[in-house]
Amino acid sequence: MENLDIISILGSTIRLSIPLIFTALAGLFTERAGVFDIGLEGKMLFSAFAAAVAAFMTGSPWIGLLAGIAVSVLISLIHGFASITNRGNQIVSGVAINFLASGLTAVLGQAWFSQGGRTPPLSPSARFTEIVFPYANQLRDTGFIGRFYANVISGHNILTYIAFLAVPASWWILYRTRFGLRLRAVGENPGAVDTAGISVTWLRYRATICAGILCGCSGTYLAIAQSAGFVKDMSAGKGFIALAALIFAKWRPVPVMLACLLFGFLDAFANFMQGKNVPGIGEVPVQIFQALPYVLTCVLLAGFIGVARPPKAGGVPYVKER
Amino acid sequence: MINKLIGATFVAAMLTSTAMAADIKPALVYGTGGKFDKSFNEAAYGGAEKFKAETGIEYRDFEPTGDTQGEQAIRNFASKGFNPVVAVSFAWTSAIEKVATEFPDTKFVIVDAVVDKPNVRSVVYKEEEGSYLVGTVAGLFSKTGKVGFVGGMDIPLIRKFECGYDQGARAAKAGNEVLQNFIGTTGAAWSDPVRGGELAKGQIDQGADVIYAAAGASGIGVLQTAADQGKFSIGVDSNQNYLHPGSVLTSMVKRVDLAVYGAFSDTKADKFTAGVQALGIKEDGVAWAYDDNNKPLITPEILAAVEKAKADIVSGAVKVHDYMSDNSCPK
Repeated sequence: MENLDIISILGSTIRLSIPLIFTALAGLFTERAGVFDIGLEGKMLFSAFAAAVAAFMTGSPWIGLLAGIAVSVLISLIHGFASITNRGNQIVSGVAINFLASGLTAVLGQAWFSQGGRTPPLSPSARFTEIVFPYANQLRDTGFIGRFYANVISGHNILTYIAFLAVPASWWILYRTRFGLRLRAVGENPGAVDTAGISVTWLRYRATICAGILCGCSGTYLAIAQSAGFVKDMSAGKGFIALAALIFAKWRPVPVMLACLLFGFLDAFANFMQGKNVPGIGEVPVQIFQALPYVLTCVLLAGFIGVARPPKAGGVPYVKER
Repeated sequence: MINKLIGATFVAAMLTSTAMAADIKPALVYGTGGKFDKSFNEAAYGGAEKFKAETGIEYRDFEPTGDTQGEQAIRNFASKGFNPVVAVSFAWTSAIEKVATEFPDTKFVIVDAVVDKPNVRSVVYKEEEGSYLVGTVAGLFSKTGKVGFVGGMDIPLIRKFECGYDQGARAAKAGNEVLQNFIGTTGAAWSDPVRGGELAKGQIDQGADVIYAAAGASGIGVLQTAADQGKFSIGVDSNQNYLHPGSVLTSMVKRVDLAVYGAFSDTKADKFTAGVQALGIKEDGVAWAYDDNNKPLITPEILAAVEKAKADIVSGAVKVHDYMSDNSCPK
């Protein structure tokens, strides 16, 4: 294949991976703290809606981002209230959030804007638009490196770069801070943490707040960076793919990023290969490429990456012994 | 109690339906893309609104959010005495087939599919003809010789759009290349603008400078991306030129509003006919949009070429191949 194609696919990979990276990191925080988070999809959708509405009302993408994060944190706290404070089933609470998100955003959107649950299209000034790095346009025609610089490194919006910074930041928080140590401990053995005199409840709440912030970024990315407004159900299952990436990466930050990039790459590759002739085979049906990410996930999870072992206390509400 | 009431209304409606032909209760069931998709369903809504404005007769409509809701909605309307019941989407084909058998006295209209029943009118469009016209525009307008197509759900109906577009673009200028992508294989493909935009971006990276979106609400993402990238796009179903003036080159207008309006007004005038209506360029069922928003983009040569193509199709000098006739597209 020509260089042109690889670079185009890589650029697309980055764009498709960003919401997955944010969301999978969000899942990393809660699940490492022992709270399963099926509701990632719903939080993403809620924050996409909030970001689009706020950006439309104020004309500022930054206020959109803040609104997206605020709503997502709020939803995370609801999840926390149900599953930490009231010790409800974490899966049920998450599924409820997904249903709520899908329905409520469409209803509110319809009530406020009467456009079938869509928010009005945003002007470029109300969105996170592409940042062109210095000399990117001049280097565009100067061979592979130049094109790589212009299309893969440069030409993304600010949230893309924030996502890549969030990966080492998450690693540092989880593995190099006292909070991170306690957070991981609370997901493995909350009893021990409690014995040490640290509040399990408060720690888990803080983990869900971290997840809320990250989900807020991913929803905002979908609504006001990658597109120009909210459309109902626009998250299109990305929350679940992020969850798969999280398991795939065995709940570790850097592998999470790599897994998301792999899924993004497969998606981009599938898009690119549609309608193309494969040498020696002819045109391959679109469906095969579209199924590829899922098939690969199954195959790899079935034994090639070893056993994916979740945090021991995951999914179990903590009950203090009396 | 409520059931009895509904039953009574139903019987009353049945009794009066012949006596008071002028007083009708029309109902409309949209496709899953949603009423305000700025495209297919919105065109249907436009037709119903026009009827309401002209006659003052209220209509009821329903937006199914999933593939299973259509049949319920259609049966619900039919059982409450609504007549005619118009269903605008190929997705409701089997639903209409079933419900039309259960309610032989109700008149049904299905758009984009054919149901052979004595009380069903099937309205189909010759999308290949309209797509041929916008393909001609794209083929002449493109500077790179590469034009793109982004389809919604990968079904023969959407392939029909692609095939007409392909023929038009290649007939316009020898050597033109058409890149094509489909968003997905399920109903969700109609409302995924993020993916639509990404596919458009991929095609632009590969050199396409005009992209035709036949993808319902997902097309919004395609049009947006083309505008962001300083490239050009072609809208579908409704006239979408106004969405990004200066970037939307034209739109392939499919007059779904005519099907809805026609069904309502024919029933009102007691002139409803069952059977298949195939609407092409000749019948004004499909067209290309030319208005103040895209006037600056359309050069006199393009205008002349499109008018010629239109005349040729009407006269039969150009025969646009219909993908659905043999499930293949001549390359």
